[in-house]
Amino acid sequence: MTYDFQFDAVFASWDYLLDGAWLTVRLSFGAMAIGLVIAIACALGKTSGPKPVRWLINAYIEVIRNTPFLVQIFLIFFGLPSIGLRLSPDVAALIAMVVNVGAYATEIIRAGIESIHKGQIEAGLALGLRPLQVFRYVVLKPALRTVYPALTSQFILLMLSSSVVSAISADELTSVANNIQSQTFRSFEIYIVVTGIYLVLALMFSALFAGIYRLAFAYTIDRR
Amino acid sequence: MIRAFGYNEFLFLLSAVQWTLMLSVIAFIGGGIVGLFVALGRTSDVKPLRLLATGYIQVFQGTPLLMQLFLVFFGATVIGIDMSPWVAAAVGLTLNTSAFLGEIWRGCIQSVPRGQWEAARSLGLRYPGLMRYVVLPQAVKVAVPPTVGYLVQVIKGTSLAAIIGFVELTRAGQIVNNATFQPFLVFSIVAAIYFALCWPLSLLSQRLEARYAAPSR
Repeated sequence: MTYDFQFDAVFASWDYLLDGAWLTVRLSFGAMAIGLVIAIACALGKTSGPKPVRWLINAYIEVIRNTPFLVQIFLIFFGLPSIGLRLSPDVAALIAMVVNVGAYATEIIRAGIESIHKGQIEAGLALGLRPLQVFRYVVLKPALRTVYPALTSQFILLMLSSSVVSAISADELTSVANNIQSQTFRSFEIYIVVTGIYLVLALMFSALFAGIYRLAFAYTIDRR
Repeated sequence: MIRAFGYNEFLFLLSAVQWTLMLSVIAFIGGGIVGLFVALGRTSDVKPLRLLATGYIQVFQGTPLLMQLFLVFFGATVIGIDMSPWVAAAVGLTLNTSAFLGEIWRGCIQSVPRGQWEAARSLGLRYPGLMRYVVLPQAVKVAVPPTVGYLVQVIKGTSLAAIIGFVELTRAGQIVNNATFQPFLVFSIVAAIYFALCWPLSLLSQRLEARYAAPSR
């Protein structure tokens, strides 16, 4: 038995697929940006906050890292309305992604912060920098530089895992694929094309991150 | 008619855990076997093998796990096999796990100093002996903590089998929720069960990492 491939149905909905891909990109960048801010705050809290704060941040990280993203989405999208907070699928998806990536990125950035030698901080203070300046220039920037590869691969994983938000019908790439699939029944053709789009997005993201690294962090010679 | 969430519903969730565990074990063992070959290919001296393994890893790490499951599920019909969600999930998760474990183990194999390889070669060992007696035993030591850590990802990954209709813990949660309509309670319990499965493994992985990291360097 031979299967008759029909890609026409996929290409007929090309615009729709691109819309979905664009939402995937926007969700991913939105979640990265907000997640990064949360992660920096949590990493700071975890390395130098008072004990209850540290404990809370730890609990947040452990709960998120040890439960599936899909269950987190269900809790946010279906669970929150039952306590009176009704969210649209897109907003719920964004919140779930932020909460998820925030936990992973906190651990990564914390590792970066802890890699900064105490002497560096003391040197910074001795030079008359204010604590906030020390944190920004002496701790955070070199820390982010150290963990940059881990952080960006986490962001790419986030973009890929955003396909899971199709389970609550946020209109991103995978949801769009599901819709086209249910109208045309060309399941395999659609999912193989969409998988290709994700692969291209992942490659574009890593090229973009490499570019950002060159712009923002290439200020010392790597002596390794 | 809406049912209340009671003891039976809780038992239903608990009994679904066995499917989550079964799927995890299959994906982990299958992924481990394929992953070993991926890691060997990735560190091989033969260029085509290396390129093949690199491409394999790139494709599986560069596309969503959900898409991989869909492709196995719907791809089976293309080649004329009627595949149940259960088999599709097992195959998809195995392939995905093998790519990630392969890449983790590549790093472990490469962490064995080059001198060890050269020493083994000069002792007259060929590739199988060199791997079996010299490189892999040393690589395994480094590989244990990240592998245990990755097991957590495997368990969490099995939740996506719910989307293609396989009744494991997450799907059981959806079913109970549809009957009781208490999403906050139901999914909190589901999350708590996953946490109870994954957290001990995370802690173990951290502990092993601390133990292995201390004396070696």
